[in-house]
Amino acid sequence: MSKNRAEEFLNTFKKTADFVKELLQENEKLRYQVANLQEELKSYKEKGVGVDAHAQCIAKIAQLEAEKNEILNKIREVEAENKSFAEKYVEVENENNNLANLYIASFQLHSTLNFKEVVQIIMEIVINLIGAEVFVLYLLDEKTNELSPIATEGIELNEVTNVKLGKGIIGKSAKTGENYFSEIIPIFENFNQESPIACIPLKIKEHTIGVIAIYKLFVQKSTFNELDYELFTLLAGHAATALFSAKLYTESERKLSTIQGFIELLTK
Amino acid sequence: MAKIEILVVEDSPTMRQLIVFALKRLKDVNVTEASDGVDGLKKLSNKQFHLMIADINMPIMDGLKLVSLVRQDPKYNDMPIIIVTTEGADEDRKKGLSLGANAYLTKPVQTTQLISTVKELLKLP
Repeated sequence: MSKNRAEEFLNTFKKTADFVKELLQENEKLRYQVANLQEELKSYKEKGVGVDAHAQCIAKIAQLEAEKNEILNKIREVEAENKSFAEKYVEVENENNNLANLYIASFQLHSTLNFKEVVQIIMEIVINLIGAEVFVLYLLDEKTNELSPIATEGIELNEVTNVKLGKGIIGKSAKTGENYFSEIIPIFENFNQESPIACIPLKIKEHTIGVIAIYKLFVQKSTFNELDYELFTLLAGHAATALFSAKLYTESERKLSTIQGFIELLTK
Repeated sequence: MAKIEILVVEDSPTMRQLIVFALKRLKDVNVTEASDGVDGLKKLSNKQFHLMIADINMPIMDGLKLVSLVRQDPKYNDMPIIIVTTEGADEDRKKGLSLGANAYLTKPVQTTQLISTVKELLKLP
């Protein structure tokens, strides 16, 4: 009986000893693994990976975000600058075109000393560059103080009468030397000499020699624009000078031929 | 590279000079001027043009007659024509385009508009 118990105890002891042995081996393995993991962790820490790396990543993301915003702001700035340049380009282009128109108008006005040709050029400028359909060119007769129509467009010359200096819109414009522009451009129905939509006195310094009175614009043109006002300023001065010079030249030519005729008559 | 030949038929010297001045801002363009429809036809018979710009109201032969005569000649079927005129009514525009004009611009013409129309018709960059 006691022998059986002793054997049983021995068996249990042996099993326990084996189990402890296994536990020790397992423990050894785990210790080894822990040591390895600690080594690995140490190496990661040295390389900056791990908790620090996460923080670094977040910092890096924040930095990149800031850089991205900076770049986006710069792009916006460049785009705004481009837009401003494009607007300036259009402005300069328009200014260039306006100057070309003014140059050509001025060039044409002074291209001849023939009175009829100068009148024709003034008419062309008012038609083609300003876009007037009905208008009258008056010249001031200083002896009678009256403005006489010398050329018309859109109406017959005989439909237009002389205008007294200082009388009505046209006469006043000629007397004061100031441009007149109607506040609203009414629908043109019939020609009314007394109601122009614009009057431009032709002046040499402060001396008025004539007036351009506009009554109607072309159907495609509803109002005057910036270039028109510049052309009016140009016409006021250059057309007056061109007309005056051409008139003087024509008169001097006529006088010269008369004198030559006399001389020939006397020397025969 | 061959130059682009453009014929400008316009009786007003001021307007003609303005158009020529505008066209000369384009690269490799050679402009020939004619003062009326008959003169325009003569110039057309002497040289091959890539584009023609014509006014309507002209002495001797008006622009509409010129456009219809030019379009009757198969030689000029592909040549774009631009009408530049004071006639701004819809019926005038329709008439001009129905006779064979490719574009119809009204005076006072904007230089930028004229240049962009020329570029578009000649497919210039």
